[in-house]
Parts: sequence; structure tokens; C-alpha cells
Amino acid sequence: MNVLLDNLDLFGPFFLRTIELFVLSAVGSLIWGTILAMLRVSPVPVFRAVGTAYVTIARNTPLTLVFAFFVFAYPLLDIVKVDYFPAAVIALTVYTSAFICEVVRSGINTVPVGQAEAGRALGLTFGQILGQVVLPQALRSVVPPLISTLIALLKNTTIAAGFSVAEAGAIRSYLSERGENQLVGLLWVALGFIILVAVLSFVQRSLEKRWSVAR
Amino acid sequence: MRIRTLAVGLLVGGLTLTTLTACGKEGTPASPGSGDQNGSSAAALPTYPVATGVDLAGSPVFAKMKAAGALTVGAKDDQPGLGQKDPTTGKFEGFDIEIARLVSAGLGFDPSKITFRTVDSGAREQTIANGDVNYYVGTYSITDKRKALVSFAGPYFLAGQDLLVRKDDTSITGKDTLKGKKVCSVTGSTPIQKVRQDNLTEPGNIVEFQKYSQCVEKLLSKDVDAVTTDDAILKGYAAQDPDNLKVVGQTFSTEKYGIGLNKDDKVLRDKVNEILQKALDDGTWDKIYAATLGKSGSPAKKPTLEKY
Repeated sequence: MNVLLDNLDLFGPFFLRTIELFVLSAVGSLIWGTILAMLRVSPVPVFRAVGTAYVTIARNTPLTLVFAFFVFAYPLLDIVKVDYFPAAVIALTVYTSAFICEVVRSGINTVPVGQAEAGRALGLTFGQILGQVVLPQALRSVVPPLISTLIALLKNTTIAAGFSVAEAGAIRSYLSERGENQLVGLLWVALGFIILVAVLSFVQRSLEKRWSVAR
Repeated sequence: MRIRTLAVGLLVGGLTLTTLTACGKEGTPASPGSGDQNGSSAAALPTYPVATGVDLAGSPVFAKMKAAGALTVGAKDDQPGLGQKDPTTGKFEGFDIEIARLVSAGLGFDPSKITFRTVDSGAREQTIANGDVNYYVGTYSITDKRKALVSFAGPYFLAGQDLLVRKDDTSITGKDTLKGKKVCSVTGSTPIQKVRQDNLTEPGNIVEFQKYSQCVEKLLSKDVDAVTTDDAILKGYAAQDPDNLKVVGQTFSTEKYGIGLNKDDKVLRDKVNEILQKALDDGTWDKIYAATLGKSGSPAKKPTLEKY
């Protein structure tokens, strides 16, 4: 308990930073991931190719490498200066959206083709079919894997500690220099993550209940 | 059609990946070359006579070394002049490394029997407590809180927090001139915690990476204005690139580097202290310093051992 109470100046703000990092990159990857999924099912071959290439690259690159690119390599290109926190959000979004894209795409595949065909018969455009018929159903059927991907994202935020974002992942190094018992410190960090994941699991359960599709 | 799309996709993907990896490599700082550091210049490293008939009754760590017939020593691998691993030969070199060799010789083990293991700052206490290393020599400051977890022989070196800046930068002269400047150090390290707590610069200007070499790279690319940590570490970097870097030279803390040992091994600690005292008295310590950190041109402050 002392390790926690003596170092509240670490645990408080650092976990807050983790939550900020998570919320921003979660929103970012949900939006960007859905756009990618739309690209991947679009009737235009170039769009499909772009979507596939993106997912292949982002999903196969280790996250640390993505971070290293945005923090150490990108500034050398001298385009727009990005601070470390936004860089972390971008890195996490770039990486996670590839996974979100595949989850959403698998959701789209669960929607019977007849639905899209019926939409087309009514004269809806591709955008309307996707936005009003297919995607709402698709998202409903992929709530559990979607939340799993977000939980993975939450834990992945700890990598930002090595790239100048003071979040929960950095607590251990701070405790070590303060001469605290790190094992106890790590247990508190783990507990913090368990609480955060519990919130996400709760969201998952309530969404599942509310959105369950009758088939 | 589909196969062609796939092929094109893979090709584009492959190309971009290669670029990405290349960039990643560029981003990860290459360990600075040290070819000319261990050259035939002025001071040569001393050799250490291997003690014979050493027997430390009541020291579990020594018993373990004896049984293994070899040593595992924890060290840092990215601190020029102190503890650095030569990327081409895989050999460790520097002041801390020489101290580790001196101690092993004093314990009766040929220094060539040492296996150096890189241990990052955050993992030191646990590594020592677990017995993964027999002892640890790597810019390890003696503090009261740490004494509760491990025990220290030494100090074998005195350092102080200082600032490394670009050579042409005259605006930073000490810790009170840091306001509005970007300051970099290793994640969670004592120096950066001091900067944070004493409000030496704004929180948004504090930059933390995993290694000092990454900070130095960012200093050279002007993304940060100062790197802060113990002067010994900074002098190593300045000595490597004297045309572009300098150490400000206004220390604002005292760090006593000790050899990290298992907490329950007073016998071994006393023996290591004895070895260090002898080296301080007979000039071996000065020779080690002259051949390593002394190359930076700054004089040495001889430490006084704290036996407890």
C-alpha cells in the first residue's frame, strides 16, 4: 500500500495519460479502421489494393518499430513537427486501425449478400448501402472482437513510455530510481490495468445485450 | 486478376516495409564507433594480478561463483567511457568494466572468465536479488532507499548531475538556465525526476527515452536542447564528438557509484571494499581512470569508501 500512497504523484497523472492516449487512439483507430474496411470492400480495385496494402504493412510491422519511425525517423523528413504525445497517438492509431479494419470487414461478411442486393434494387448508392444497411449490422455482430482489439490497444499504450510519453508504462522505471519495491509497484500497475479493462468488458457486455441481432 | 492484385500488393508492401525498416534502423542510434578509443594512445589499461587462495566463508554468492568457476557481472552497454559494448567485437570496455575486472581478479577469478550481462537501470535490483548476476557495476548510485534492496561496495567513483549541450549553444550555463529548453534523459531516471520535481523546465519540455544515446541523437538533430545525467556519462559522449558537444560543467548533485551486491552478503561486500581500497592506494585506480574516462581531459575526484 505504501508504494502506491507514497507515489501517488506518479500513479495519478501517469494513468491519466494512459487513458488519454487510449481514448484518442481508440476513436482514431475506430474511424480510420472503418474507412479502411470500406476501402477493402469497395467495388473500385485501386481502393481495394490500397486498403489491402495498408493492412498488410501495418499489421506486420512491430508496434515498437512504428513508434520508432514516428519519433526518430519521421522528424528527419522535416515535414510537419509532431510532438511526442500526438506522435504516440498517431503510431497507435496507424497500427490498431489495421486490426479494427479486419474486424469490421469480417463483420461486413456476416451480413447476407441479399441485403446489399435489396438495397441496390431500391436504387441506393454504394455509400448508402454500406452506411445505412450493411455497416450498422456489421458493427453489431463484431462487438466482442472489436472490444478485444481495443483492450489490446489499451495495453499497447505502455510502449509509449519508451518514446517520451509519461504514462503508466513508465511507472516502473520511476519507482526503480526512487528505490521502491518494483514488484509491489508492478502489482499496482497491473491492478490499474485490470480496472481499466473491466470497464471495457462492461461496455462490451452492455453493448452486446443492447445490440444483439435477431437472426 | 486477383493474383495480379495480390502480387502488386505484396510488392508495394515489401518495398514500403524495407523502407520502414531502414528508417527504423536510422532511428535506432548506432552505438558510436570506438575504434580509436582503445587505440595505442597515451595511457594503457593496467593488468590485474589474480589473487590466489581466496576463501570467503559465509558468502553464498562467492560459493556460487566458485562452484560455477566463472562470473556473471551486470553492466551497461551504451555508456561510452564507462560501460560500452563494442558492436563489432562484442567486447565490453570502459571504467566500470575495468572496475568489474579488478574486483574479479581480487576475488581470484581471471577477468577473462567474466560474462558481462547488460542490465537496464529499471531491472537492477531484481536482477541482483534473483542472483542472475554475481555483482553489478554500471553507474549505480548509492542511495539509502536502494540500500534496503541491495547492498553496495564503494563508492568507486564520484559523479554529479550535469548538462550536455551543443557546442555552439551558449544560452545554457547551468540548471537555472533551463527554463523554456527541451531537456532529455532516460525514462524515469533520477536526473529527469529532479528536473520534473524542481521545475527546472516546463513539464511539456521534458523528453524521456530508453537510452542516453537516443537523447544525444535528438540533441544533435536539435529536437532537444540539453541532455542531463551524471557528468561521467556525459563526458563520455562529449569525448566521442568534441566538435559538436560539450558538457556545461556545473554539477548540481553528488552521485556516488557503488558496486551492487546481494543484500545479505556482508562478507563479499567487505572483501570487495578491501579490493577497491587497495586499488585506490596503490595507484591502480588512477591508471584505470587515465585509460578510460580520463581521456575526456577532466581530472578525477578520488572517492572515499563507505564501509558499513
